[in-house]
Amino acid sequence: MAPRPRGATEPAAERELLTAGDVARTIARMAHQVIEKTALDSANATPPVLLGIPTRGIPLATRLGERITEFSGVDVPTGALDVTLYRDDLRRKPTRPLEQTQLPGTGIDDRIVVLVDDVLFSGRTIRAALDALRDHGRPKSVQLAVLVDRGHRELPIRADYVGKNVPTSRSEEVSVLFADVDGRDAVLLGERR
Amino acid sequence: MKHLLTTDGLAEDAATAVLDTADELKRTLLGREVRKLPTLRGRTVITMFYENSTRTRVSFEIAGKWMSADVVNVSAGGSSVGKGESLRDTALTLAAAGADCVIVRHPASGAAHRLAGWLTETGTSVVNAGDGTHEHPTQALLDAATLRERLGALKGRRIAIVGDVLHSRVARSNVHLLATLGADVVLVAPPTLLPKGVESWPVTVSHELDAELPAVDAVMMLRVQAERMHGGFFPSAREYSIAYGLNEARLGLLPEDAVVLHPGPMLRGMEIGSAVADAPQSAITEQVRNGVHVRMAVLYHLLAGEGEE
Repeated sequence: MAPRPRGATEPAAERELLTAGDVARTIARMAHQVIEKTALDSANATPPVLLGIPTRGIPLATRLGERITEFSGVDVPTGALDVTLYRDDLRRKPTRPLEQTQLPGTGIDDRIVVLVDDVLFSGRTIRAALDALRDHGRPKSVQLAVLVDRGHRELPIRADYVGKNVPTSRSEEVSVLFADVDGRDAVLLGERR
Repeated sequence: MKHLLTTDGLAEDAATAVLDTADELKRTLLGREVRKLPTLRGRTVITMFYENSTRTRVSFEIAGKWMSADVVNVSAGGSSVGKGESLRDTALTLAAAGADCVIVRHPASGAAHRLAGWLTETGTSVVNAGDGTHEHPTQALLDAATLRERLGALKGRRIAIVGDVLHSRVARSNVHLLATLGADVVLVAPPTLLPKGVESWPVTVSHELDAELPAVDAVMMLRVQAERMHGGFFPSAREYSIAYGLNEARLGLLPEDAVVLHPGPMLRGMEIGSAVADAPQSAITEQVRNGVHVRMAVLYHLLAGEGEE
């Protein structure tokens, strides 16, 4: 009855695109880029708010936030934003269970919001996230961080921070694994089943 | 889910899915500026009430509107029902007019089931908002949501349902749902207000309220339904209240963190003391608040996904 959460199981005959070491280095690099782009190392900078999109965007946002704090000494509020209720494909699939939404106590008004997701594909999830954000408040600006950009955009959406660009075919599936939920860090490419 | 007609036979995972959705909806709507979700844009929900109601009708209407469905209310008084149109013809008319979902309250037990049968061809979903003395599934779901919020998981919890069980669709729906969720249910009522066949329900039965109160995690008081009573079910309102009313003295018998529920409308001073209804143990206004989220969740599960049979 419940659909398989995105990236929950490893695809058959997968190829490892990023090892655990690669994932850690990539997140660290993205953290430096966020610090630079949001001018977080300047005096009285307002830290951005990181919002992870369920399911794998949440652990990624947490990890990214930890690295940013480590490198800049600034605490970064992180939260979760479920976009299910804003999707444009609800009627094409069986009913999806809702995931967690938890905005940090700071709110998002007049803050820089960085949406965080594991894989950027069609761009429709991000479109839904932008609609959801609008109902929660009015950020100063919205940016997008993804661990993997696999191409095949269907909307005019582009990420501000990309861990790795991976050319894929539509028949392939990219799975992102995180140690705290999947037992190990990795990015895998396999055939969609 | 295609229809929601009863909690009897509603699978545990289906019930839990609705309750989890309601929890997330409540969380995501909390403190936000715009309490409106685009999820059911372009869907039409018609409420069809053949019996008086404030909270249930309003709750469904708000639920539909917060999900961006178009909600149309039909009441028996102002419609062609007054001209003698049958329930079946009214339902087929509403389906033909474009209803994706019909929410029905009717004085006859089984009305929602009949309606769902007549509407099979049309693809319209039916929600039972109370049929006679039979069932009121969304009330049971919102009661369960409220209990889960206060008590956590319901497995092994002991819940007393007290009063006019005979005429109560709320009690019937709650008995099935609470049993499915693993709670122990005890019905407390005078013998005249218990239905025939109660021995086959997944409950224990008691006639002594004072003996049950110290051991329960929650107590659900039922309204005495005078409008359905033709004959003497108890000697007098005063005597009923003394034996089965939840007054302040009885509140003291309950464990400290026990929860008091009432589906409303309540008769203060009859089945529930006025101070009890406003006591910290009382979750009566939370029930109403959760009712909106639970009904949003029901509409989401019926209408948001692709059609499932």
